[in-house]
Amino acid sequence: MNRVLSPTAHNLLIKILIIGGLILGALFAGFPVLWMVTSSFKSNTEIFAFPPRLITESFSFSAYREVLTNPQQLRFFFNSYVVSTFVTVFTVVVGILGGYSFSRYNFPLKKLLNLIIIGVQAVPPITLMIPYFGLIIALRLYDTYGALILTYMVFTLPYAIIMMTGYFNTLPRDLDEAVMIDGGSPAVALWRVLVPISLPGIVSVGVYTFMLAWNEFLFALTLTRTNEMRTVPVGIQLLMGQHSYEWNQMMAMSVLGSLPVLILFTIFQRYFIAGMSSGSVKG
Amino acid sequence: MNQNPVFVGIDNYVAILSNNVFLRAMANTLYLTCVSVIFHLLLGLGFAMLLDTQVISPLTRALFRVIYILPWVFTASIIAILWRLMLNPNGVINYLLMWSGAVSEQIEWLSSRQVALHAVTFINIWAGYPFYMVSLLAGLQGIPADIYEAGKIDGANGWKSFRFITLPQLKPIIISLAMLDFIWTMQQFTLIWMTTGGGPIRTTEMLSTFTYKLAFSSYDFSLASTMAFIILLLSLFIALFYVRNQRATDE
Repeated sequence: MNRVLSPTAHNLLIKILIIGGLILGALFAGFPVLWMVTSSFKSNTEIFAFPPRLITESFSFSAYREVLTNPQQLRFFFNSYVVSTFVTVFTVVVGILGGYSFSRYNFPLKKLLNLIIIGVQAVPPITLMIPYFGLIIALRLYDTYGALILTYMVFTLPYAIIMMTGYFNTLPRDLDEAVMIDGGSPAVALWRVLVPISLPGIVSVGVYTFMLAWNEFLFALTLTRTNEMRTVPVGIQLLMGQHSYEWNQMMAMSVLGSLPVLILFTIFQRYFIAGMSSGSVKG
Repeated sequence: MNQNPVFVGIDNYVAILSNNVFLRAMANTLYLTCVSVIFHLLLGLGFAMLLDTQVISPLTRALFRVIYILPWVFTASIIAILWRLMLNPNGVINYLLMWSGAVSEQIEWLSSRQVALHAVTFINIWAGYPFYMVSLLAGLQGIPADIYEAGKIDGANGWKSFRFITLPQLKPIIISLAMLDFIWTMQQFTLIWMTTGGGPIRTTEMLSTFTYKLAFSSYDFSLASTMAFIILLLSLFIALFYVRNQRATDE
């Protein structure tokens, strides 16, 4: 090709190919999302209108109004916020305490505990579904917030503890010792000195935890039964059976259900991507 | 609960390994996982390289980057609902395909025995490539420019510099990504459960959906636990390779 075309023509061809590829890729990635958003503004009768159009005459917020005034669906959102918030707060607090002790103290079985925490990360949730189902029933927590909060923490805590241990390890021990010399306790050193410095790490752990809890499906499906306890990911599924496919409402609920994650993701993109890919990218 | 549990030895494993549905689910899971991993890698690498070019301005590049990451932001149950709408026989995908002349009649993407498995695999590919893209983009930007300079002097351009510089540099990342993805896709439950539920007639049954059905539809908790343990063993087997690979790259 180099011989047929002059260098400038060759460069132009490459540029056109790259821009064409970029646009095709954007259609592949973005069109379904665009379709979700525009469908949420259609009336249900126009969802499968022929020929399909992005914006129809019936453009309105009525699907959103339906979702936001329906106590059932509001309850799904309320549940998701309650569960995700508690999971995030507990995970961050326990993660900080665990990370601090792993980073600063030696205690019996430390290596074994560390190994277990890392090992839990490799266990697929589906394999824990049955033992936890039995355990939650035995603890009389079936169909409660507690069931979801406890089981989600099994999956969020290892990451939090590992990340916080790593974070505290980068902070010099002189910091703690300076506090002790001034008569402070380890608790003062941790909460007054180490935690404020580690805020970026804590925020990324918190965001990651919240997103994981907000999106969880399998345990929400198996450990709750009544509609009063369902979270958004499971609640959307129920919308299919009950209302014989209110597609515009399902799309409105999908958009609303994705907003918290979308907002968190946009604000904390840098932290989040760094955290997610740190496991696979070296240097 | 049974007050007098009986130890049955390996009976459950014999029962499950000779179960036709299990073998079917195993084959389907392998298909979904292998095809997904391959296409995740191809798309992720392709998009990462497009985003790494200097042809477009940084602002345009940032815009495309946001669009390409979009599928990652949505949770599996929402992705499932969205694609059920798009792949509906009267939906927009069929319309576009018929309008362009690619197909002549409506395709029942998710309820046809011939295409359902390919359709759910496609959805899983769409949902999963951004993780590869983000990691590979970071990897691409980490390759020192002077390696390419040195390659140019030796006459390596275009394909050759990709084949002999880019790919070897990205190899550790690619292996890690593929193994993580293998573990994750093997246990994919939500997407399958909310699009086809394993149907029609078990053509998209996965190890995960079959385990769930054994436990909560047939209430056969012992067989379901056997299945779950097999999934655990498979995951640990791959995790072992992952850890060894990580150690090798660390050293």
